Amino acid sequence: MLTSLFPNVDWEKMWDATYETLYMTTISTVITFILGLVIGILLFLSSPNQLWANKIVNFLTGSIVNIFRSIPFIVLIILLIPFTKFLLGTIRGADAALPALIIGAAPFYARMVLIALREIDKGVIEAARSMGARTSTIIWKVLIPESLPALMSGLTVTAVALVGYTAMAGIIGAGGLGNLAFLDGFQRNRSDVTLMATILILIVVFVIQWIGDFITAKTDKR
Amino acid sequence: MRKGEFAMINLQNITKKYKTSNGELTAVKDVNLSIKKGEIFGIIGYSGAGKSTMIRLLNGLEKPTSGTVTVNNQEFSSIKGQKLRDARQKVSMIFQHFNLLWSRTVAENIAFPLEIAGVPKAKREARVKELITLVGLDGREKAYPSQLSGGQKQRVGIARALANNPEVLLCDEATSALDPETTDAILDLLVDINERLGLTIVLITHEMHVIRKICHRVAVMEAGEIVERGEVLQVFQAPQAAITKKFVSQITDTKETQETVAQIKANYPNGQLVKLIFVGEKTEQPVISHLVKQFDVEVSIVHGNISQTKNGAYGTLIVQIDGLVDNVAAALSYLNTVEVQTEVIANAN
Repeated sequence: MLTSLFPNVDWEKMWDATYETLYMTTISTVITFILGLVIGILLFLSSPNQLWANKIVNFLTGSIVNIFRSIPFIVLIILLIPFTKFLLGTIRGADAALPALIIGAAPFYARMVLIALREIDKGVIEAARSMGARTSTIIWKVLIPESLPALMSGLTVTAVALVGYTAMAGIIGAGGLGNLAFLDGFQRNRSDVTLMATILILIVVFVIQWIGDFITAKTDKR
Repeated sequence: MRKGEFAMINLQNITKKYKTSNGELTAVKDVNLSIKKGEIFGIIGYSGAGKSTMIRLLNGLEKPTSGTVTVNNQEFSSIKGQKLRDARQKVSMIFQHFNLLWSRTVAENIAFPLEIAGVPKAKREARVKELITLVGLDGREKAYPSQLSGGQKQRVGIARALANNPEVLLCDEATSALDPETTDAILDLLVDINERLGLTIVLITHEMHVIRKICHRVAVMEAGEIVERGEVLQVFQAPQAAITKKFVSQITDTKETQETVAQIKANYPNGQLVKLIFVGEKTEQPVISHLVKQFDVEVSIVHGNISQTKNGAYGTLIVQIDGLVDNVAAALSYLNTVEVQTEVIANAN
């Protein structure tokens, strides 16, 4: 029945593309999480009245985040071509999309980390200080656990955005469902291929959203 | 500091200034203060009086602009880094809004300061068990803060503060977010801890009730300065500063009393309304029966109230004295001789 509804779909190719999309999304989400968390915590701690209050660090970090967050993703990919080539020796394939995906998403996530950390009650940080906690203890045992639900829902939003980014990266040759939809679907005028790729992307997004909501609810003990 | 008494806390010429967008703000102005070991010391003042800054100077959360803060033999005004962090483990703090970690259970919250102090897991668990029993939270170990009442949250706060066997407990408006009944239960727990563990307690509050109930000594703060200080009973008996009088009247002149007095004045225009203030042992003298027997006057009790402080009882009684003018005058002069403070509230006509 599927073959009659989608006559032009090469299922093996479709699964390969899905796998590539999942691969790019997963790796970039994990690295974005780590990088965004580090930058977000730095932004938070260097802001006024915080533990590492430092105007220069705060301004520089904030500026870098804002610049990379403002560049449209498709432009960022093109700008990063020399960098990717230097790093990986090629600009084709799923791995070649990763630098652009991470550099595009990490500043976006860093902002969400900052928002999440600002939501923490200042009194809780003060209480930890009054107990003689060092800053590293405050980061690991107060800041991260106390903002975990917000960090997770922010990561979900970022991961969904990353699925979209992988589709865009696909158009310039990174593989994945976006690539397939563009090359096999749009350019060859096979709308059933485009439709199937779209359905699979939607399924990926829904699954990510479902997992994200589940983790967020699980971690929230408020 | 009196001879032979060890000062647990000593503040010398403390001034704290903040830079704000509207210029400099002096939160604490040239304060000298000494608090004895084992004492419950209260600092009372309205918001903005500087008491919040004062208590944070005692564990180095705030550094004075000038002057020295010595607590438990550590100069908190100058120590830094690991030395300051170690010193803080012996000067713990509880808060108005409890400041518990919502991501941790009751037991995990209490274990937090022990983790900071590097206590091994087995010892940590044993200590947490002890503390849970001490503050009366048995059976609630696995609950999250969101599942507790305000009073229970403060009990967790107290257990957490006691975890590393501190010498000093700082209470930052610890009962201000609680209802009156829970407030009393928490205050009883603090007294119990003070007596059992010999802990020095410093508390800040805006409620005279808290001072009256548990403090040995009190300092009254206004605009960054200590305007009055002394034994609680003495301050109740003879408040000097205007602001102290206002705080004392929080307990003696409740709105209810004022209404009753106003009503009595309207209903019984004859006689004298007199407020009698009894302090300490004088609360037990049979003043009223004496009055009636000796002077042929009628005495009706309008309002009475006795407050227990840590240094003794403090009572006020409002009575109406009616009779022949000479008899009433004689009765009043008698009252002045019996060491009971009297205050005529309203004259007849």
